[in-house]
Amino acid sequence: MAIRIKDFTEKESPLTNGHRMCPGCGAPTAVHQGLMGVESPVVVVNATGCLEVSTTVYPFSSWRVPWIHTAFENAGAGVSGVEAAYVALKKRGKIDKEIKFVAFGGDGGTYDIGLQALSGALERGQDFTYICYNNGGYMNTGAQRSSATPKGANATTSPAGSVLPGKLQKPKDLTAIVEAHHIPYVAQTTLFNATDVAEKVKKAVETPGPAFVNILVPCVLFWGIDPSLQQDICKLAADTRFWPVYEVVDGVWKLTYKPKKRVPIEEFLKPQARFRHLFKGDGAKAMLEEIQADVDADWQVILDRCGATWEA
Amino acid sequence: MPRREITSGNWAFAEAMRQINPDVVAAYPITPSTDIPMKFADFVANGKVDTNFVTVESEHSAITACVTASAAGARVMTASSANGVALMHEIFPIAGCFRTPIVFGLVNRCIGAPINIHCDHSDSMAERDAGWVHLYCEDAQEAYDTAILAIRLAEHKDVLSPVFVCQDGFITSHGFEPVEILDDAAVKAFVGERDADFPLLDVDHPVTYGSFAMSEYYFEIKRQQIEAMKNVLKVYDGVAKEFEAVSGRFYPKLDRYRTEDADFIVVVMSSASGVVKDVVDELREQGIKAGCLRVRMFRPFPADEVAEILGTAKAVAVLDRALSIGGTAPLAAEIKSALYDCGKNIPVQSCVYGLGGRDFFPQYARELFMDLAAGKVSREERYLGLLE
Repeated sequence: MAIRIKDFTEKESPLTNGHRMCPGCGAPTAVHQGLMGVESPVVVVNATGCLEVSTTVYPFSSWRVPWIHTAFENAGAGVSGVEAAYVALKKRGKIDKEIKFVAFGGDGGTYDIGLQALSGALERGQDFTYICYNNGGYMNTGAQRSSATPKGANATTSPAGSVLPGKLQKPKDLTAIVEAHHIPYVAQTTLFNATDVAEKVKKAVETPGPAFVNILVPCVLFWGIDPSLQQDICKLAADTRFWPVYEVVDGVWKLTYKPKKRVPIEEFLKPQARFRHLFKGDGAKAMLEEIQADVDADWQVILDRCGATWEA
Repeated sequence: MPRREITSGNWAFAEAMRQINPDVVAAYPITPSTDIPMKFADFVANGKVDTNFVTVESEHSAITACVTASAAGARVMTASSANGVALMHEIFPIAGCFRTPIVFGLVNRCIGAPINIHCDHSDSMAERDAGWVHLYCEDAQEAYDTAILAIRLAEHKDVLSPVFVCQDGFITSHGFEPVEILDDAAVKAFVGERDADFPLLDVDHPVTYGSFAMSEYYFEIKRQQIEAMKNVLKVYDGVAKEFEAVSGRFYPKLDRYRTEDADFIVVVMSSASGVVKDVVDELREQGIKAGCLRVRMFRPFPADEVAEILGTAKAVAVLDRALSIGGTAPLAAEIKSALYDCGKNIPVQSCVYGLGGRDFFPQYARELFMDLAAGKVSREERYLGLLE
């Protein structure tokens, strides 16, 4: 059933106001939008990262739900342990409630250092949802590159200099890597409208077994955008096909958002300070062309997987 | 009725796990502790336990899942060795600080390089400051008994700490010997059920575990851990006595063997103590007042009791099965510190033995006692059984 915005406004978010995330940050929006659609009580497991440090500054906590963080690379294992305890205690009659388990990790904790723990948890088939709030870099430590950082981005460990035009490599396709674990629900989305995240996360949480949602979210400091542009930049990510929005249910791929017209990648890149250098000089132009070619090729792969066509 | 079985240290530990039937076991195999999760998997596959057995993809995930399962309110056990223990290193202090009870079968093996699968204590000694209780067992019987006892110690409300139950890799873990196995019902009654405070799964009373605490609070939180660890020294004997009432076996923090009137005492841990005790008997027959002190509890370190036991000796030798390269070997450092603090200026010879599974023979202990008796005690670390 589709989620209505009205449902959001009448429900208390598991994450309170007054946390210390930056204005315009996409991570708390992903948490609000994601968990607002979930009916059951949830326990949240968090990888180390901005969301973790900024919402639990001792002796305060911004979480209205049970929450646990141990380290950076192990949210997959952490959620496994809590879920395992739940299954055990329920079997022994010590718990009777229906509880759901949601892990949050940034792209650092998910694409890179936490990939092994996530893969293990997915393979074991435990019942949890893993949400990657993907802002394309290590923001908690100051805008270093990750394997989710877009090609051409100026990051502090792949700076745009006089010789190198920022990050040289394109991001790994983590959503497809997760899908290759043959889990029942995988989705990729962004904060481009008010309900898509909520609908996908609700589906993920309600699906028995492991589920994964990769949500592209802006970091206003790294991306170099005005905080008020959160939804606009996400819409451009979807419309330029930089970030295809789709889901995979039991192995069946489905494009859930088709841009109405062909929007050049420049429109997503240009508003962001991290790509500013790509708009100066002739050498940079080649990089823009390369990025556009990547987007077109990757989009075709997604269309093929979804058995879809797209004309614009 | 208890029954006697010929079994190994690993299998005895696994048998204790079967009888305890914990809520969650998350484990990853590594030599020489592999038998423990393997045997336990067999119990799971054949319905001998109804534990949720989580077959993780690494030791790091094993200990992580143990910590979060324990925080969730479950009774949790696991096992590992050597590099597996080293890979878990990051998570051990988190388990200690969360005050999450976990009973951990640590089958001691050396840490490479060079890679080697045999026993020394370099794996557990590297974790001595992690905020866990460390108990070192002499034989398979003790490993079995301690697994059971440790559940009650770890979950004691004044303690709430993870516990390492250490046994010597291969020597104890793979050596077969008679072990008395308690009745299932007796074990079940002794361990009872876990009654967790602030479990994560109490969704009506949400708690936050693992928050971000900067310089304004970090120090105070660590101070609380120090107090909790001191409580182990206070409550341990009570738990051990309760276990004695069930089993007939009492395990003190410090196992003293003919130390009361001893002039020369060798301090040792785990399986090598049997050899030292034999030599003590032999030397006593020759009129030499020899004694052996086996340190069973290494964390918290019962320093006052150690000083009291050693305080009347003429000379002491400390056997370490681990190194602190460039410093004093871990047990020797503790012993010297304990003696210094109570003003005892007793000559202490620090000796390292058995690294990488090198055998420890009676003649090493014999020569050591004779040297103590001859006043041959040096500040230089000695290496027993080393070819050079």
